[in-house]
Amino acid sequence: MSLFELPILSMSATSAAGGCASGGCASGGCASGGCSTARPDQASETSRREFLKTATTLTLGAMSLTLLPGAMAGDESSSLATAPGGGHPHAKKPMYGFLIDTTKCTGAGKCLTACRVENSVPEGQARTWVERYVHFKDGRVEVELVPEIGYAASGEPQPEAEDVLRAYFVPKLCNQCVDAPCNQVCPVHASIKSPEGIELVDTDRCIGCGYCVQACPYGIRYMNHETNVADKCNWCYHRVMRNEQPACVEACPTGARVFGRIDDPDSEISQRLATLPTSVLKQHLGTIPLTRYVGLTDEVT
Amino acid sequence: MEYHALHDAPFVFPNDAHPAWSIMIVIYPYITGMVAGAFVVSTMYHVFHREALRPVARLAVVASLCLGACATLPLLLHLHQPQRALNVVATPSPSSAMAGFGFIYSFYMLVLVVDVWLLFRPAIVERAHSAPGPWKNVYRVLALGVLEITPRAAEIDRKLVHALSVIGIPAACILHGYVGFLFGAIKANPWWSTALMPVIFLTSAVVSGIAVLTLLYLFLCRGSRMEPDEECMRSLSRLLWMFLVLAVTFEFGELLHVAYEREEEWHVIRELLVTKLRFSYLTLQVLIGALLPLLILPIPAFTRVASAPFRRACTGVAAVLVLVQVAAMRWNVVVGGQLFSKSFRGFVDYPVTWLGREGLLAAAVVLAMPMLLLWGAMKLLPVWPPNPESDSGVKA
Repeated sequence: MSLFELPILSMSATSAAGGCASGGCASGGCASGGCSTARPDQASETSRREFLKTATTLTLGAMSLTLLPGAMAGDESSSLATAPGGGHPHAKKPMYGFLIDTTKCTGAGKCLTACRVENSVPEGQARTWVERYVHFKDGRVEVELVPEIGYAASGEPQPEAEDVLRAYFVPKLCNQCVDAPCNQVCPVHASIKSPEGIELVDTDRCIGCGYCVQACPYGIRYMNHETNVADKCNWCYHRVMRNEQPACVEACPTGARVFGRIDDPDSEISQRLATLPTSVLKQHLGTIPLTRYVGLTDEVT
Repeated sequence: MEYHALHDAPFVFPNDAHPAWSIMIVIYPYITGMVAGAFVVSTMYHVFHREALRPVARLAVVASLCLGACATLPLLLHLHQPQRALNVVATPSPSSAMAGFGFIYSFYMLVLVVDVWLLFRPAIVERAHSAPGPWKNVYRVLALGVLEITPRAAEIDRKLVHALSVIGIPAACILHGYVGFLFGAIKANPWWSTALMPVIFLTSAVVSGIAVLTLLYLFLCRGSRMEPDEECMRSLSRLLWMFLVLAVTFEFGELLHVAYEREEEWHVIRELLVTKLRFSYLTLQVLIGALLPLLILPIPAFTRVASAPFRRACTGVAAVLVLVQVAAMRWNVVVGGQLFSKSFRGFVDYPVTWLGREGLLAAAVVLAMPMLLLWGAMKLLPVWPPNPESDSGVKA
């Protein structure tokens, strides 16, 4: 028996013998197909065409089902992306933003512990961290990581005051980019944008390929070595949905981290964004971060 | 002494401390490249009619199939959730470059499987009649039940093989160009982000394919006490030299461009090259892997000096060096691109381990798998071309 004699490909033979796969013509009469009067080769041609038609429909149907979620996600993110001032004119969901005021951060480290506890972040990995920049008078710039116990309590040797031009702290967290590279590269829709514009990881879908980790220009994403899926700061989405502030914001003793609705002109963040000069990290990459900074210098990457 | 932030005050983002992509992601483009490269060699005979390559044309296509069959292994070993691997084809995200892999790979493998089947059909049918004992049934299954080939069927097969080889050329280019695109499209990483990456990957793929095929041919000839065909060896040497020139031009042309423009990321890349990648890039990829073969290959490719065994040895040594070059290139791209932090202020180390899912031993097993498959395939299929007088129609 040849390949072409296998049952699935031998419908024409059945039709030619008087049977009809489409039914309704067991005795040889068929109103739709005209099987009874058709020559065997015509019947064969009709069946083949029907088979191909059905196969094509099923294939296209299956493809549209697999591609639809992505297309819908794309529409959603693009509508959010075009929102003036961060809010879509027709969007009912609130739009959020994050403001980091580097002039207020004292490197207390409270935010780091709060985040780790709130989100069960494994040791050695971080959803948020704080960098300390020291500009020396001789032109050197040194950067170091602030420990969770805080910069002051860490016992790190302090540079001589007369050598230092200026020093400041820069907290880092997810930038929640409007055009997020991490979202773009995820092959399985495990990186999703919430209706509020917050980038989330669907841990049940993530295959753990690490492509999003590579694509994030800010080093925010990591492969959680306890859950074995991608992980990242999500502005404590679970808290935000309960009308609470993100854990790091709540823990910050100086108000260096400000979170709130950017579609509400009366919110604190909107007020401060309207009055303070702000900037974003790695602006040249065109990711359009929703996390904005006060007092950012060129040295901060 | 000049102050240098990368040395004197390094700073690494906390999540950059451990590279997310392991040696398995080095092997993945290495194997995929050989798949594409070996197929390109087979098309040199089946499409472009380079008669000198007739001795390796069948071997090339079977080797490509065996390598292709193992191309997904390193990916599976790398995935942190391998049980969800098929999500890439079940629920692909259209915006993701990676989501295309399943479709591109499947299409290419389909072309390859059908190509191999048609190419070897006369031999399979013949053995379905003549093979002893249970092997007869094996060949009957391989023949899909078609146990005779009419002259007209042979003619159709010949045309189909030609058509599939023609289709296979862009498919192979897309398969490996696409792998390069996966890296080239990552704007977060200046060591990867270049539009030339697909071309760089493609040319190095062809180079590695020719090299592995050359070595296989030499090895198999030695094993079966056959004298390697001199013209075939010369042709392989010429191809290897030509594509190596192209690969080197693109690889170093890109680096020269970055170096000459001295954009902001150059200070990191320069430091990467002279510190972390000094051996694997400057020594292995440039000196030993590229320059030496470029100097050696013209001897067997364009001259008839010394004896044929000497020229064969030159080709063999050059092929080994080229495989080292391509492996080093893959390492330098994949691992090298993760050795500097996205802070651009510090470097990290890649911990090479022997054991584990992504260790060196697992990598060695993955690399050995295609060779084992090829050994099995050679037991089933006659990879050497049939005698012209017994040629049953399909171009060997």
